[in-house]
Amino acid sequence: MNREAHDEQVEVDEYLDSTLESVDRAEELVVGAAKKAGIEEDDALSLGMAVRECSVNAVVHGNRYNLNKKVHLTVARSATQLIVRIADEGEGFELADLPDPLAEENLLRHSGRGIFIIRAFTDDFDVRRLQPHGTEVTLRKTVAAS
Amino acid sequence: MSLKLTNRQVGDVTVVDAAGRITLGEGSSALRDVLRDMVAKGQKKILLNLSEVSYIDSSGIGELVSGFTTVTNQGGSLKLLGLTKRVKDLLQITKLYTVFDVHDDEASAVRSFA
Repeated sequence: MNREAHDEQVEVDEYLDSTLESVDRAEELVVGAAKKAGIEEDDALSLGMAVRECSVNAVVHGNRYNLNKKVHLTVARSATQLIVRIADEGEGFELADLPDPLAEENLLRHSGRGIFIIRAFTDDFDVRRLQPHGTEVTLRKTVAAS
Repeated sequence: MSLKLTNRQVGDVTVVDAAGRITLGEGSSALRDVLRDMVAKGQKKILLNLSEVSYIDSSGIGELVSGFTTVTNQGGSLKLLGLTKRVKDLLQITKLYTVFDVHDDEASAVRSFA
């Protein structure tokens, strides 16, 4: 799965169980890495929230709480960005199929806001299918040049 | 810390005091159960005090929305009190801030149910 560029330094590389406790752990690890990278507290906490939403998606929708499946979390630092990658072993999803949570008819839906929140709190976000199965989400946050 | 919920009456308004984090799991389930219980008991004026809620995720927002819908469909009102900046920002970006009746002051919030 790893496809870090040569200028990225990996700071976190963990395989997490598909549990809600892992969601807490992922958030904690990323907030810590973000603060260490010099990202200001509010932005670090917001990035943590994006990671929480991603991790929940991986645990709940991707791996369906299957303890035989792992969530792979990596956090890497480049000169200008903190790059978080979260991969699951599920069936995958299509971004285009997700309803717009801000559309009038969806505003009062019980769920469906996770991806929107992820986009709101990161500088860049992409999703790719893994082979033979799984999904990897990449979140990027700009840091001050070191 | 997960979520602690207590409730009290101020006249005919039920104030639910929440403290902690409303996230997927215990927190969001606890909120859902408390609101459903109140609706089942016929309570129609519910003020959810979120001044001690430091954090809410999309699941927590989902339970706020479901609670609002359920109470409203039963002919009642669910209002919010004391949003922290983080919670307020989240409701604003998800366009839910104007859906809820949000108050900063308990006394005026209680009066607004009249």
